[in-house]
Amino acid sequence: MKNAFFASGMSLFLFLTVLVACHNDPLEPEYGTVQLRFDNVVGAQELKLDSTTYTNGSGEPFTVSRFTYFVSNIKLKKADGSEYVVPQDSSYFLTSQSNPASRTVLLRNVPVGDYTSINFMVGVDSLRNTMEIGKRTGALDPGGAAAGMYWDWNSGYIFLKLEGTSTKAPVDATGKRNFVYHIGLFGGYQTKTANNLKTIQLALGTQPAHVIVNGTTGIQVKADVLKVFDGVKPLSIAAAPTIMVSDSAKNVANNYATMFSIGTVQVD
Amino acid sequence: MENRSFGIIGSILFLGIVMACQSGKDPGPEATGVYDPTPYDWKKPANFPEPVYGFSKNPMTQKGVALGKMLFFDGALSRDGRIACGFCHQQYSAFAHADHSLSHGIDDKIGTRNVRNLQNVAWSTAFFWDGSITDLDTLAVSPIQNPLEMGEHLGNVLDKVRQRASYPARFKEAFGTEQITQENFLKALSQFMLTMVSANSRYDKYVRKEPGGDLSADERAGLSLFKQKCAGCHQGELFTNQGYHNNGLPVSEINDQGRFGVTKKETDRLKFLVPSLRNIERSLPYMHDGRFWSLEQVLDHYSQGVKDSPTLDSRLKTGGVPGIPLTEPEKKQIIAFLKTLTDQQFITDRQFIPN
Repeated sequence: MKNAFFASGMSLFLFLTVLVACHNDPLEPEYGTVQLRFDNVVGAQELKLDSTTYTNGSGEPFTVSRFTYFVSNIKLKKADGSEYVVPQDSSYFLTSQSNPASRTVLLRNVPVGDYTSINFMVGVDSLRNTMEIGKRTGALDPGGAAAGMYWDWNSGYIFLKLEGTSTKAPVDATGKRNFVYHIGLFGGYQTKTANNLKTIQLALGTQPAHVIVNGTTGIQVKADVLKVFDGVKPLSIAAAPTIMVSDSAKNVANNYATMFSIGTVQVD
Repeated sequence: MENRSFGIIGSILFLGIVMACQSGKDPGPEATGVYDPTPYDWKKPANFPEPVYGFSKNPMTQKGVALGKMLFFDGALSRDGRIACGFCHQQYSAFAHADHSLSHGIDDKIGTRNVRNLQNVAWSTAFFWDGSITDLDTLAVSPIQNPLEMGEHLGNVLDKVRQRASYPARFKEAFGTEQITQENFLKALSQFMLTMVSANSRYDKYVRKEPGGDLSADERAGLSLFKQKCAGCHQGELFTNQGYHNNGLPVSEINDQGRFGVTKKETDRLKFLVPSLRNIERSLPYMHDGRFWSLEQVLDHYSQGVKDSPTLDSRLKTGGVPGIPLTEPEKKQIIAFLKTLTDQQFITDRQFIPN
């Protein structure tokens, strides 16, 4: 009896300690979930693989057969400038148009509050690119989820792939009119390369994301394929149907750095 | 504006990190410049035949292998410094390049064939889909000089390597001379490639009766079907008879005539060097032009897609009808077996990772 009384007294004490500790730290009292949904579009249209023909700024018709990119190093910022940085080990996501589930990124344990902007990188940062292979798990496993999204130690991960067909592309060796943009290069491991890493900052503007206790806040991020062609410097499929590690890659990267925008924000 | 300044700051930060990485970068232990003939302990796997490579003409040493690895991952072997051997030969796909039908190289040019694996080269009597190279020691010359691959001249490569401060001492360690010649350059590359031995798949452990060598009932059934229906060409422990065969692929627009291009013999039209099937699960796409993206498609080809032609391999006809009869459950079992050829140890082995 006495023991039970003691135990419940201890529990009460512990409970109060936790409670007080929580109240003493108003910045990180409780947590919610943020769901980032990457919706790929082509101008005003939803992106549909293979079946739909679109037209880029150079007037070239094209279809898209693959649109895949890495999103990493995500940060959420509040109006007062404080930020929540998603822990490094769980901040790499490979989104793919062909896999709808991959386009929804769940960020758990986000401190409650009103967030006014979001930051992320398109690609895989240089540190992770040079990390030992054992640290390249999940979305970063070149033999698994990241198959096809990696070149080698010096060139690193491919940050973004846009592939498709265009009647303006020349015929390749297999008789197809393909265009292929594979963009990567983080600066180089042994030999210096270009650095095509892009950090994106998107303001949520008039509609801050309210993260509430145990709630899920959905943020829709739109990515416009047309911007990959025309964001800053217009690219022509006819002139360069294949862009991978050549100097033109930086033009594609500068272009796609402008493709993201915030769609809707909602709390469930 | 805020976006832009953030981007610039971000870029500077990243450049800083990259430069930090580069300054801290050591291309392996410091070279002593002293000749060190310590042999590399190259072992023939118990279930493999005798190798064909003439080791006596290029005795493998630890320093020679290390030097070959440095060269293998050095972009200086290409015209613009960007395309190393390791660009197309990636460890996680058993030194092939997954995810491209056709290999690509310098200036983002696209080649005409799907890159083959580099594995178990000590047993290879010929290289490339048409077998145009028969000596491992001259293998590297082809990709270096191919205008769609590394686009460089071997002479220029040697000059660039000679001018790199890190190399002469390492050639001295490996070959007893600081002189960088075509011969010791190519032999160093051979030494590294010879270390790419894949013989520790679950299948290997099964045949050697080692721990971890358990095959499921389906996998064993697949193995037995494979022996009946596929092992004519994909023979023995290397899973290739190293012969040239026409496997009935419909000719694509590229009109690759395969071995014919080398021999100019009518009987060699549409014949290609049989690839090994080791690590096949990891080295998609398949066939000389990478036309199939899954093993299911490959088996569908052999059962329903084989096209008859004068040079079609006789093993691919049953009672005058092209194709290998295979039921759907049989295909599944064969694929289950093929996946036991994946050698996890090989594709993650740290000895192949650049220093």
